[in-house]
Amino acid sequence: MSVLIDKKTKILVQGFTGKFGSFHAEEMIKYGTNIVGGVTPGKGGQTHLNLPVFNTVKEAVKNTGASASILFVPPAFAADSAMEAADAGIKTCVAITDGIPSHDMIKIKRYMRRYSKTEKMTLIGPNCAGVISPGKAMLGIMPGHIYKEGNVGIIGRSGTLGYEAAQQLKNLNIGVSTSVGIGGDPINGSSFKDILEKFEQDNETEVVLMIGEIGGPQEVVAGQFAKQNMKKPVIAYIAGLTAPKGRVMGHAGAIVSAYGESAVEKVELLKECGVIISKNPSIMGETVKLALNGKKN
Amino acid sequence: MDIHEYQAKKILSGFGIEIPIGGIAYSPENAENKAREIGGSKWIVKAQIHSGARGKAGGIIICNSALEVAQAADKLLGKKLVTKQTGPQGKIVHRVYIEEASDIKKELYLGLVFDRSSECIMVVASTEGGMSVEEISKEKPESIIRSKIEVAVGMQKFQAREIAFGLGIDPKLISRTAEVIIGCYRAFSELDATMVEINPLIISKNDHILALDCKMSFDNNALFRRNQVSELRDKAQENSNEVYASDRGLNYVSLEGNIGNIINGAGLAMASMDMIKLAGGEPANFLDVGGGATPEKMVKAFKLISQDEKVKVILVNIFAGINRCDWVAEGIIQALQKIKINMPLVIRLAGTNVEKGNKILKESKINYIEASTLEDAANKAVKALKELGKN
Repeated sequence: MSVLIDKKTKILVQGFTGKFGSFHAEEMIKYGTNIVGGVTPGKGGQTHLNLPVFNTVKEAVKNTGASASILFVPPAFAADSAMEAADAGIKTCVAITDGIPSHDMIKIKRYMRRYSKTEKMTLIGPNCAGVISPGKAMLGIMPGHIYKEGNVGIIGRSGTLGYEAAQQLKNLNIGVSTSVGIGGDPINGSSFKDILEKFEQDNETEVVLMIGEIGGPQEVVAGQFAKQNMKKPVIAYIAGLTAPKGRVMGHAGAIVSAYGESAVEKVELLKECGVIISKNPSIMGETVKLALNGKKN
Repeated sequence: MDIHEYQAKKILSGFGIEIPIGGIAYSPENAENKAREIGGSKWIVKAQIHSGARGKAGGIIICNSALEVAQAADKLLGKKLVTKQTGPQGKIVHRVYIEEASDIKKELYLGLVFDRSSECIMVVASTEGGMSVEEISKEKPESIIRSKIEVAVGMQKFQAREIAFGLGIDPKLISRTAEVIIGCYRAFSELDATMVEINPLIISKNDHILALDCKMSFDNNALFRRNQVSELRDKAQENSNEVYASDRGLNYVSLEGNIGNIINGAGLAMASMDMIKLAGGEPANFLDVGGGATPEKMVKAFKLISQDEKVKVILVNIFAGINRCDWVAEGIIQALQKIKINMPLVIRLAGTNVEKGNKILKESKINYIEASTLEDAANKAVKALKELGKN
């Protein structure tokens, strides 16, 4: 088991024929991901990377049986594509696109409320590195080889900081069950809590590393969820100790505007929830190792 | 993106919100003429900078004659105003807004923001206008009314009425107040705003509801479809290095310290800055060159950091994924051939082909300090800084 995707998951690429979409589709295929085709409106019927291109997601799902998709659509059109995926019955959609307006994100999430819980699509991102279940499948833009197969679940906002964590773990000979990038935007498809819930259910995941940052309430909400509902240890690092209040630190969502949103305050609140804190980003791997050892004793 | 008070007022008046008569001026003569044009016998001269709390910083002057208006404008124009919100570097006043004075009966607070936990637009109102919302929530939390608006259906009249009644408004002014609240909501949602604030929203002695001071901010990600808004950007109000960076696709925030950073990815950048702080140093900036760290971006980044006079040491931390370390190393070498750096440079590469990348750097002629981990990089940067102090 792993969360969200595995070796068999049939995957579509939305924005397949573009430069970015093509490059990463090839990388995903090389990793062994089961990419079954793509969607580019107006290019239906063509073949790209030896795979069929469809005009609509519905048509693609009907012909390939795909249940997941990855979005490389430009920001102005990304919301439309995500809603199209939801309507076509896609179960997991990863939106890589950076720069989707917040109003559009609210619209997507409101649109998805029409589906019952079992039929509802899980949207990951936007502005994220995607999802990887090492050795099984990669639905993202990460360098696959830095992830070792294993039992640590990773949830993070940032791409490269997530890679840093995976590399630290690999250097300690620790592997990852699934790594999920939820993205750096203020309004995102899935929250830390949504993914923690999935990891708690997953029998391959033993501990979860949460890589958060300043801004918004999500890390603390996840901490409270862990305290009440989780048996598995949760380790967290929160980036942005030096971030001044009211300034956007790269990620649109990384801005401290209220109490509980700064790194220091988040760490305090997470500690109260019993979350294990990695005090600095250089020891994320070590802290996970200690938690894993603690579990075995 | 932030805009000026007078720009926000103009926008809101287009959504049916009444504002005092006023006009913008760029010189004292200009200001005096504006005052005569507006008429009356009492005016307010307001410094236009991207910041609240201007009153306490001396940026708002009440005048009783057109001559006083000219003097006030003379005093403010070109002046650097330091408010609670600008930071110690302050902001320079390039234009003043002249406005007729209003007779205030009641001051209210009205604000709209995105609520990240409910993913709705939140309207916040209070009877304690004139104070900042932080002060109100500290001193008069019981006066605050909150109302969540579901974006898909928009604000309903009853929701606006509830807020108006909650504020204790005279029944005969309720429907007018509700129109103001709905007008703000429409401006927020139709223009992709992230914040609309009227503080104070006043009821005048003759029962007009007027926006006396306004602030609006907009979603940078939505500017592509809001030409009318993006034209209001005033780069003179932004840090010049930040403008240089954002015009070139770099994410940059200027800070107070002296260790300059060049990093790929926002999260890794924040993490590296944390490490600098933990090692006993202070970062001079946040700089994310983007996940790819292309040679073109590296040149721009080195140029930007070397322009910053605060910077005494530079720390480069690149995690190369699909773009390999050897390629990133070549990019750094190319950048350093174009941009001369005369200060200690710490480079930490990680990820794909890290050995190859480090080898290329070592064999090149560049003068740098190699670091292996995040912690090592921060420690070496702080050490280099301390050694500079000794010489």
